[in-house]
Amino acid sequence: MAVSQGLLYTRDHEWAKVEGDTATVGITDYAQEQLGELVFVELPKVGKDFGVHKELAVVESSKAASDVYCPVAGKVAAVNAELEAKPELINEDCYGRGWICKLKVTDQKSLQNLMDAAKYEEYLKTL
Amino acid sequence: MKLLFEKSVSGRTGVLPGPSDVPTGVHIREDRLREQSAEMPELSELDVIRHFTELSRRNFGVDTNFYPLGSCTMKYNPKVSERIAGYPGLAHLHPLLPQLRRGGMLTQGALAILYDMDLLLREITGMAGFTMQPLAGAHGELTGMMIMAAYHRDKGNKKSIVLAPDSAHGTNPASAAIAGYRVVSIPSTDNGDMDLDALKREINDQVAGIMLTCPSTLGLFDSHIQEICDLVHSVDGLAYYDGANLNAIVGKARPGDFGFDIVHLNLHKTFATPHGGGGPGAGPVGVKEKLLPYLPISIVVKRNDGTFALEYDRPKSIGYIAPFYGNFGIVVRAYAYILMLGKAGLRHVAETAVLNANYLRAKLRPYYQPAVDRVCMHECVFTTTEKMAANGVHALDIAKALIDRGFHPPTVYFPITVKEAIMIEPTETESKETLDAFIEAMIEIARLAEDEPEKLKTAPTTTPVSRPDEVAAAKNLNIACL
Repeated sequence: MAVSQGLLYTRDHEWAKVEGDTATVGITDYAQEQLGELVFVELPKVGKDFGVHKELAVVESSKAASDVYCPVAGKVAAVNAELEAKPELINEDCYGRGWICKLKVTDQKSLQNLMDAAKYEEYLKTL
Repeated sequence: MKLLFEKSVSGRTGVLPGPSDVPTGVHIREDRLREQSAEMPELSELDVIRHFTELSRRNFGVDTNFYPLGSCTMKYNPKVSERIAGYPGLAHLHPLLPQLRRGGMLTQGALAILYDMDLLLREITGMAGFTMQPLAGAHGELTGMMIMAAYHRDKGNKKSIVLAPDSAHGTNPASAAIAGYRVVSIPSTDNGDMDLDALKREINDQVAGIMLTCPSTLGLFDSHIQEICDLVHSVDGLAYYDGANLNAIVGKARPGDFGFDIVHLNLHKTFATPHGGGGPGAGPVGVKEKLLPYLPISIVVKRNDGTFALEYDRPKSIGYIAPFYGNFGIVVRAYAYILMLGKAGLRHVAETAVLNANYLRAKLRPYYQPAVDRVCMHECVFTTTEKMAANGVHALDIAKALIDRGFHPPTVYFPITVKEAIMIEPTETESKETLDAFIEAMIEIARLAEDEPEKLKTAPTTTPVSRPDEVAAAKNLNIACL
């Protein structure tokens, strides 16, 4: 199960890549592996505010539909529209071309509860 | 297999219509006529009979094979119930008849069945009154949620949240959401019970109620059921019992006695009527005394002279939720089943369902990883062993391999709280010989999954279609053929 260094992680298997006050958000390799090949992604609206753990997006495979929870408090600055036609990008490259959206972080403190790569790897071992 | 259209031969026909006794000729305006005649298959009667008989032989059902589809309760439907539901006096009743002048007197038997069924279900569940109208389990859920909302509205309660465990059927949060509630999910502990501390954290004045399946979708009876109901009641919330798994406790324990305020029953699961989807369903909803005024209209009542009538004058009712009286034919089947089995018989249903599930659980435990390693109720949930996972074997591969061995696969990937879930529900109607044959197949597949995993990847090989491309089907939906 690939875990990318330098990213922050949630217990619900979202990742956030923080650069200045922008956080790029996606789901982890573990999450995409569990879901299987995705058939649909519902993206958030640009400009909408999300609190921590609010339902940001929906990912759906032939096995299940799952909410993607917002890892940080922020306002949606951009979404990866390419996923609408190609949800499988999340399966192929979850930490890269499979990013879901970019958030402008509105509360830096909300980053504190996230795990680093080492901690997330530890966490995965407990599942 | 060819389509009827592909088998068509120009000019072939199955019937010779008699001479027409109405004027012939085309009396349609020229510009309204189609330019080419419609494409219809042209076949003989024998062509058509062979075509549909061939199709029917490809059917798989509980009448042909073992069907341990967890959560769905694919029990055998006794044929005598079908015969009773087909009695002309029941099957040919016109639904408008009781609403016509003096029509009520012509439908007393049917009304008596609905009235009596209400009494039987009250006795079985410990509730104060039922509506037979909901047309399926999920429809029952929505009806229950609307009753919950009506109760709070009537009391002036301002509440916006419905709680549901993370192992809930997906229809629970969906029903609550359609009724206008926000759903908060409560996690489960490692032993499969609801996390009481998490529940306590979420209990507040905003909570309108909780939706709970008991036994849960893991096939476990929650050890804190009473405490959960009490907690919800402490904020004037209502406890909703999803009766999907009542078959495990029927005749043994009553949700009304645990403290539940609203229940829905899936008649097909507990009372052996045909399943929904393919046929009509029924999801009667029962409520405690304080919720009776909100039940949908109409309700069958017994007059002082002993005759039955439909009552519509119920000002606090949530109104109509279905045309007429629900799927009456399904209620008749369940009514016949309950009367045939009686108290002792219904208890035996629950006992045998639980015994069969635990027999499978104990026999398969050495070969598969139990999701929760404790005595189960009517179904058991396994997952792949570490070695199977390391070999790249998924629950899906095990399911597909079972098809080649003549069994319908168990439910896979549900409940979603268990990864690679394999959920097996044998039901009470299966013999030990059938269970043993299934166990043998499961053990053989477990050995392959650990030692020769590549042999599972191509399964099934004995079906007309091996592995449909589920991803392509979901992504490239083509409904042009409909």
